[in-house]
Amino acid sequence: MRVLVCVKRVPAPGARINITPDGQAVDTAFLGFAMSPHEECAVEAAVQLVEQHGGEATVLTLGPAEADEQLRYAASLGVDKAVLLPIVGPDWDPQRTARAIGDAITAIEAVDGAFDVILFGNESADSGGFQVGIRVARALARPVVNGIKGIEIHGASLRAGREADAGMEVYDLPMPVVLGVKEGINLPRYPTLKGRLASKKVAVAQVPPTGEQGGQRMVTLWQPAEQASATVILGNGPEAAAAVVDLLEELGVLK
Amino acid sequence: MNVLVIVEHDRGTLSPATLEAVAAARQIGSVHAATMGTAADALVEQLAAHGVSVVHQVHHDLLGDYGPEAWGEAAAQLISSLSPDAVVATGTDRGNEVLAHIGAILDAPMVANCTEIEAADGPWRLVRTRWGGSLLERCELTATIKLLTVAHHAVEASEAPASARTVGFSPVLDPSLARSIVVDRVERAAGVTLATAPVVIGGGRGVGSPEGFAPLEELAGLLGGVVGCSRAVTNNGWRNHTDQVGQTGTRIAPDIYFACGISGAIQHWVGAMASKKILAINTDSEANMVTRADYAVIGDLHKVVPAIVAEVRRRRP
Repeated sequence: MRVLVCVKRVPAPGARINITPDGQAVDTAFLGFAMSPHEECAVEAAVQLVEQHGGEATVLTLGPAEADEQLRYAASLGVDKAVLLPIVGPDWDPQRTARAIGDAITAIEAVDGAFDVILFGNESADSGGFQVGIRVARALARPVVNGIKGIEIHGASLRAGREADAGMEVYDLPMPVVLGVKEGINLPRYPTLKGRLASKKVAVAQVPPTGEQGGQRMVTLWQPAEQASATVILGNGPEAAAAVVDLLEELGVLK
Repeated sequence: MNVLVIVEHDRGTLSPATLEAVAAARQIGSVHAATMGTAADALVEQLAAHGVSVVHQVHHDLLGDYGPEAWGEAAAQLISSLSPDAVVATGTDRGNEVLAHIGAILDAPMVANCTEIEAADGPWRLVRTRWGGSLLERCELTATIKLLTVAHHAVEASEAPASARTVGFSPVLDPSLARSIVVDRVERAAGVTLATAPVVIGGGRGVGSPEGFAPLEELAGLLGGVVGCSRAVTNNGWRNHTDQVGQTGTRIAPDIYFACGISGAIQHWVGAMASKKILAINTDSEANMVTRADYAVIGDLHKVVPAIVAEVRRRRP
């Protein structure tokens, strides 16, 4: 089985996100980087598919040269090959990103054969466009479903589960297939020391990205105003319990 | 201007979120709506009550249940025949997914999760959310037909009674699109879910272990609520991801959210901020969660939560 997982380098979740004074970008001076959380799970899913069914996993990203770090992180978890589509300057818009990734996949498949499964994160943590994986799948004329939280292989088809309001929706998809994966599909492993060492030796293939600009243009970024809230301190330690239960009665939560 | 709203429904049951897109569309111009499948034909009255003037009822054998490819293809064909100025859906899982398919088929840009829409003759100026709503972006959208989704909860649904006429539309769908239609459903066990619970007792890294959640479970049980958790907790394998509150988990909106031992990273906050009241329990009075909460108890959750449980039991024996 040949599996491709596409990831994006983003500021590590958890930190406060500040904007540069010109409003054009996130101030990354004091930030660490990671891949988007959904994609960490997509990488884990790719590694598990290869562990269970054989074959090889490849990781691909379109991003700055520094995204080498995220590719090697994926390699440290067991991904075999890495591809970087290097760009300079600000993020590409979703249409342009999808065109470049679609073209790169076509070029890779022409040499190495088709990927049975291509995984994306459901959406990137930072720009949240909710579309690159779908655009790539459409360009490759492959089925695609987003929001996937379960994958099982049954012969030439893949059974995928998606969380919905009423429960889990089930899809039976023929391979080759593209999936947008959501966090919760698995619990990503941590790299081993051996994996870290091996990842340093993985050759990262560079594919210069192509693609015309799309119709969405970022003008400026800002943080929404914080709601000014003066926190009412109900007390310290277990002695505050009575004040908490008073509040629950007042709010009608404790009937 | 003419705006087409893609109606989200599940086998004929309207998703209330769709009415937010209808309300946003009314601000732009005359509102048409597209319903997929015969099961949705009965939605005309509900849509008319919210100001939809024309309902395009899209019928095809492949539209019996949800399938992102079939819905996208059918909608794209309708759009090509109508040439509306804009196509709008609410930024739910399905809304964003179907609009992305339409964008891919028409090779047109699609802007997800808008909070402000300034329609114009040239490029439209939009405000959209990033990082799950903790960052905002102003962007310009240049396209013949503007495709966008409205961030869920950014616009309130409101009634605006109109009389709607219906028009049928029969798309030509390739049988191969059956490949991505829902084939089965595993219904969730009945009961309170995290997204709809009136009380959520959330635990973070400070809970320390899977067993540490026992008092939180007990308090949730007493208050008719459920337990939630932060990403740190699921990453440690202490609880299932279905309990996770936040940008990549569930967005909650209870009457009260207890945030126990949760520092309050922005990605957690965006999932919890729709709570009517937030009570933080934390040893650190400077924690983000404490400074943003409505109420706080400064102390060790392992002592405070059992004390609250005991007090509730004393008053409601």
